[in-house]
Amino acid sequence: MSSRIAKEDFYEISPADFFYRNRDIAGFSNPVRAIYSAIREFVENSLDASELHGHLPDIYVRVSIDEESKGSRDANVYVLHVEDNGSGVPPQHVPSAFGQVFYGSKYRLRQSRGTFGLGGTMAILYGQITTNSPVKVISSTGKHSIHEYVLMIDIQRNRPIILKHKTYKNENHWHGTVIEVKIEGDYSRAASKILEYFKQTAIVAPYANITFVDVKGRLYRFERVVLELPKPPMETKPHPYGSDVETIKRMIAATRCRDMLSFMMLHFHRIGKTTAKKFLEFAGIPEKRKPKSLSNDEIVRLVKAMKEFNGFRAPSADCLSPLGENLLRAGIQKELNPEFVSVKQRKPSVYSGYPFIVEVAVAYGGNIPVTGDVILYRFANRIPLLYDEASDVSWKVVHNLINWRHYKIDIQNSPIAVFTHICSTKIPYRSVGKEFIADIPEIEREILGGLREALRDLSAYLTRRRAIEMEKKRFDIFEKYLPKIAKFSAELAGSKNVPDVKPLLKKVVKYGTEKIDED
Amino acid sequence: MAQKKSMKIKKSEVLEVLKKLGEQIYMQLVNEDFPYVEMPSRSTKNIYYDKKLRQYVLGDKYVKRTTRNIRHLRPFTQLIWLADIAHQLINQGKTCTLRDIFYMSQAYEVDFTDQPESDDIITDLESIISYAREDFNIFPEERSAIYGDLTIEYTVPRYEGKRINLTVHPDGVMIGPALATADFVDTSAEIVLCIEKGAMFTRLLEEEAHKKFNAIVIHTAGQPPRATRHLIRRLNEELNLPVYIFCDADPWGMHIAQVIISGSANAAHLKELTTPDAKWAGVWASDIVTFKLPSERLNELDIKRLKELEKDPRYGGEIWRREIQVFHKIQRKAEQEAFSRYGLTKIVDDYLPRRLEEMKSF
Repeated sequence: MSSRIAKEDFYEISPADFFYRNRDIAGFSNPVRAIYSAIREFVENSLDASELHGHLPDIYVRVSIDEESKGSRDANVYVLHVEDNGSGVPPQHVPSAFGQVFYGSKYRLRQSRGTFGLGGTMAILYGQITTNSPVKVISSTGKHSIHEYVLMIDIQRNRPIILKHKTYKNENHWHGTVIEVKIEGDYSRAASKILEYFKQTAIVAPYANITFVDVKGRLYRFERVVLELPKPPMETKPHPYGSDVETIKRMIAATRCRDMLSFMMLHFHRIGKTTAKKFLEFAGIPEKRKPKSLSNDEIVRLVKAMKEFNGFRAPSADCLSPLGENLLRAGIQKELNPEFVSVKQRKPSVYSGYPFIVEVAVAYGGNIPVTGDVILYRFANRIPLLYDEASDVSWKVVHNLINWRHYKIDIQNSPIAVFTHICSTKIPYRSVGKEFIADIPEIEREILGGLREALRDLSAYLTRRRAIEMEKKRFDIFEKYLPKIAKFSAELAGSKNVPDVKPLLKKVVKYGTEKIDED
Repeated sequence: MAQKKSMKIKKSEVLEVLKKLGEQIYMQLVNEDFPYVEMPSRSTKNIYYDKKLRQYVLGDKYVKRTTRNIRHLRPFTQLIWLADIAHQLINQGKTCTLRDIFYMSQAYEVDFTDQPESDDIITDLESIISYAREDFNIFPEERSAIYGDLTIEYTVPRYEGKRINLTVHPDGVMIGPALATADFVDTSAEIVLCIEKGAMFTRLLEEEAHKKFNAIVIHTAGQPPRATRHLIRRLNEELNLPVYIFCDADPWGMHIAQVIISGSANAAHLKELTTPDAKWAGVWASDIVTFKLPSERLNELDIKRLKELEKDPRYGGEIWRREIQVFHKIQRKAEQEAFSRYGLTKIVDDYLPRRLEEMKSF
């Protein structure tokens, strides 16, 4: 029997090969999604490149049809051109950064937009497999030279192939990166999502100038309104609560510590001597023990104890970079011009050992349309989330947990928008596509708390507005009838002089907001 | 007999009262006070039956309508507008219907929501100045009719001084604004007959009942309009003519007679609309039995109404109590026309002479 079974070939595949075969999980499942994801990945890389080094972002994006090539049946080939004024990529890293999957500066415990270091390269990979064209990268860190590379990815070996490398003199000390890639996609069907993406990005990045030129040459400009960047995140050590066996093994392999006490104190987040001692006692591992001598079973016990021990301090939020109430408010004001905004930033909190901060805003009126429902804007680590809204934790809070009647808000007939921003070293996305957030109880609780705070403000505002409106209506009635009474009574009394009703109208005004013309 | 002057005097009195109302409000405005008026309350709690006057009157409770209250603003404006309009109507010798007032308000942006609202404001003005709407030239549309040997002299413009005799038209003469304000000149009549139904009115004229009984015949057209009630009173008061009222034999007909005699709660704020000496002469419940009239069973509404009337102080008189008991006993009602069962002339030849003879002893 066994001799008849075909011989199976076992072979290793490279990460690039893996993502080539599974491109749908990275957001490149179809031509519509592909063009949207590609733009998004490049823009987010550009924003990170600027912000992390303290530059106010200037980003230029252009999509144009590639006249030379013909796309497949339901797709066109587009040239995607993205420029930023970020810190630039050091020349020796350019080929790997853009021609190798899983290569980058983002594999650290701090908040950044991408987490896989995959997005940009994935877009390049997708461009290459759909158009068989190389990517052009021009970058400078602001030093004396500008480097231009033309690259392709060796998919099977996950290595960049350098087709061309040129250097130019950098007389103006320009820093930044320009990427130009050909990619197959369906822009016309992705257009509305792409524009929505830019608009929402402008809300969370009010400090950025973003220019977008679409396929038909239409220019969309999202202007910077503040000159302040959010506080950049600090890099942080792992919190024991979030650690697993593999992490600990790697740390042990790399550590220079000679005993477990210093190992705990040096490699973990917010652990002092007292905590380390108490913990090791709890875990039943001697303080003097050499980390490298721990057996497999002991490491497993250590990790288990890390999850069960109650004495760790919560992770600090230094590694997080929330927008802050002022920036979020500015972003909302600039894109939606609402008549009322309330922004609430919650205190840092923790889920599964990962720190997170929730920011919630509620906006009312202005350019917000009445849609019959709350318009929900979701952001995670300053990325707008545009797909699968109804599966998101914020949607659950807005639709299932908030009692709108309590705030006297009729969501069916109100121009109301809710904004939620979650920042964390690890956003608990429910899928690889990074479009919706799982309903982790801790996060849900913070969103709910923030939204309630903001809605209390809105409710108070609306109550006051209604009171003023009522007052205005009241005044209008007096203003309508008192002059008539004056006219009729004068006529009836046979007087030619009609009495002045302004003194009476003045007595009617309760609030200081209305004024009577003094003419 | 010369009432000509009295009508004119009355109109100038009304003009004066209206002007005073205007001056009062005008002065309040000049003094920077929110204008207000006071008027007798017309709520049921403030309506009493005055046994001496033999009509409903208002008690001494007053209500204040002030422009300080936002809910009073519009009705107040409508009121002062109406007073102004009334003043103009009298000055120009013109009349309006209640409906006209409702529509006129729209041109002045003091719109009434519906006619009951404008009617209500008219009643307000009546109670403030203590004059009936007819006195400020506003009339309802429904008209009743009058026929008989009575010469009148018009006081309305273009007809002023012109005289007619009320037998001039075979169908009778409409009781409109002109007739209501006319002065009585001469009559040979000895009684007034008030008839509820148009068909019966026509029958009486055809049978020349006015000659037979020497009567002025009035068609009340159901519950008589105020102008008609006022006219009946004047015939009784100025010409000393006894008034007899004939209606259907049911609680509703009985109440038509009662309103002519004692007035209605709705007009408790007005005087001179009642004729306390008028007599209810039929058709009585007992007539149904006596004359074996074709009849119908009282329905639920009739019985309910009957019970209400029993409690009404106006129904304290002997004849009322007696007839209410008969209604209760026989549980039947009849229309005036039921006499036709015994021939068209039965009512004129038999019933009326007998009844009028009988009434002399009441």
